[in-house]
Amino acid sequence: MSLALFIEQILNGLQFGVMLFLMAAGLTLIFGVMGLINLAHGSLFMVGAFACATVAAATGSFWLGLVASLAAAAAAGAVVEILVIRRLYERNHLDQVLATFALILIFSEGTRWVFGSFPLYLDIPALLSGAVRLPGGAQYPVYRLAVIGVGIAVAIGLYLLIGKTRLGMRIRAGESDREMIAALGIDIGTLYTLVFALGAALAGLAGAMVGALQSVQVGMGEPVLILAFVVIVIGGIGSIKGALIGSILVGLTETLGRFLLPHAFALFMPPSDAATIGAALASMLIYIVMALILAFRPSGLFAANA
Amino acid sequence: MSRETIVTAFLVLGLLAAPFVAQAIGEPFYITLATRMAILGLAATGLNIALGLGGLVSFGHAAFFGIGGYAAGILATHAFNGEPLLFGLPGTNQMIVIWLAGAVVAGIIAALIGLISLRTSGVYFIMITLAFAQMIYYFAISWPAYGGEDGLSIYVRNGFPGLNTLAPMSFFLISFALLAAGLVLFALIRDSRFGAALQAGRQNETRLAAVGIAPFRIRLAAFILSAMLTAVAGALFADLNRFVSPSMFSWHMSGELIVLIILGGVGRLAGPLAGAIVYVLFEFALGGITEHWQLFLGLILLAVVLFARGGVMGMFAGRARHG
Repeated sequence: MSLALFIEQILNGLQFGVMLFLMAAGLTLIFGVMGLINLAHGSLFMVGAFACATVAAATGSFWLGLVASLAAAAAAGAVVEILVIRRLYERNHLDQVLATFALILIFSEGTRWVFGSFPLYLDIPALLSGAVRLPGGAQYPVYRLAVIGVGIAVAIGLYLLIGKTRLGMRIRAGESDREMIAALGIDIGTLYTLVFALGAALAGLAGAMVGALQSVQVGMGEPVLILAFVVIVIGGIGSIKGALIGSILVGLTETLGRFLLPHAFALFMPPSDAATIGAALASMLIYIVMALILAFRPSGLFAANA
Repeated sequence: MSRETIVTAFLVLGLLAAPFVAQAIGEPFYITLATRMAILGLAATGLNIALGLGGLVSFGHAAFFGIGGYAAGILATHAFNGEPLLFGLPGTNQMIVIWLAGAVVAGIIAALIGLISLRTSGVYFIMITLAFAQMIYYFAISWPAYGGEDGLSIYVRNGFPGLNTLAPMSFFLISFALLAAGLVLFALIRDSRFGAALQAGRQNETRLAAVGIAPFRIRLAAFILSAMLTAVAGALFADLNRFVSPSMFSWHMSGELIVLIILGGVGRLAGPLAGAIVYVLFEFALGGITEHWQLFLGLILLAVVLFARGGVMGMFAGRARHG
């Protein structure tokens, strides 16, 4: 196993991690501020991917598609919040799980109705289509590096938004005492819609960027959603910092586990068995990591309300 | 007799009567539909012990449903091709042995999952049970010995002494008997001292601890029992379809089990059965009209959560007496 291959895998893990961060940041924000478990977050990811693929196919521009994905996901998020989610804040987790599970069925089947069952394809924009040389001699696609860059930019942007702006101050106030900020004359309903739309836009952005790496199809959001849940549970629900560290941890564990475990088992067993057992264990690895972390820290690494 | 008892009796006897009516009018397909209702009702009754009585929102009960299914699949495969299973033990095609094996394995796995998961609560509990189920799901997909992603066929439905299980009616009666046993078990647990402690833990953990009962052990016991009952239903489900696949472990299955309970009425004796009957009927009726039936199912579920709290039982039998 060469150094170049190893660096490539680490970059893949990082790219997967920042993509998870875009999902997890929205989920954890929505949970932290509104106390809501949103299973339908993966559907917003899918909405972003479909919007990007459709607009890019119609106009020929990936960049217009990207704008469309943000707009479509934010709009879908706002509409869903106003029609459905708003009624769930006072309910228990069980009702929230069921209602957002129902939303998944509606989004998935609705998308299948409009776009059919065949996957759509999204091309990487010309500007980002090349590859760069890594130390050690391997080629690495520019697009994946750009995804990492966008993820880092979003992380910094969110940090500034939450920490330095008036809106961020309201969001933090809403997290710690929602009655009090309502009493201070802030329209909490609008604030919630905004936070939900922001989370949805981030999910849509993630969907659009991933859409160029894999096919755009119904149900593409669900595996990502479950991993994003793993991320926020590891990181501590409600904590953006936890979501960032959790995402990178999960992204690297998942990617490096798939890459390294079969090699590791090959050291002491026949290659065919090693490949099978390594692959089986690699697919379970992040859940094992999550179980271990929760066994020792039952509310995650950076619990927001600890 | 309370309204709850009347509605419960109506549902149970109605389900028992339906296949005989179907046979009399020459529509044997409906027997399979009723069998499906009984099996899903049993699976959700298992979950109802943890979720309804104990307030433990397990989003990973598909793990136990699937373990039951794979117990049936794996034991039947070994019986079919004559290879010994473990330590020279043979496979079997006897349902009773399969149910016991599935329940015991599910109980052991539930004990391990419960030991870790029950240290958490709220959303963390929901997510960690989901994560354990996903772990088993991915294991089933990537482990090639029993079909991997393709699943495992059961060539001949497993047997039951004195009955021809291939006849739809016999298999329905077996499933119905187990459902009835599951409901009796649920009622016994609910009305026992153990059940009282379990429900008290849901309502107020601090008070339960203050009278000297540790909630953890009670919950662990309930979680294990709940898993074992769901596993038996999983074994029946495998025999119904004569096929098991990793989809039995999928998080959609866990969601579906929760849906059945909420649709019917959380913590109510006949809630899961009512949910299963309504769900299978919807699935069947909507599926006949449009291939996009899941969209309408989603809308109906949404309407139930938002506007019809208490589900079917809440609608017909009034509010739960306590809880």
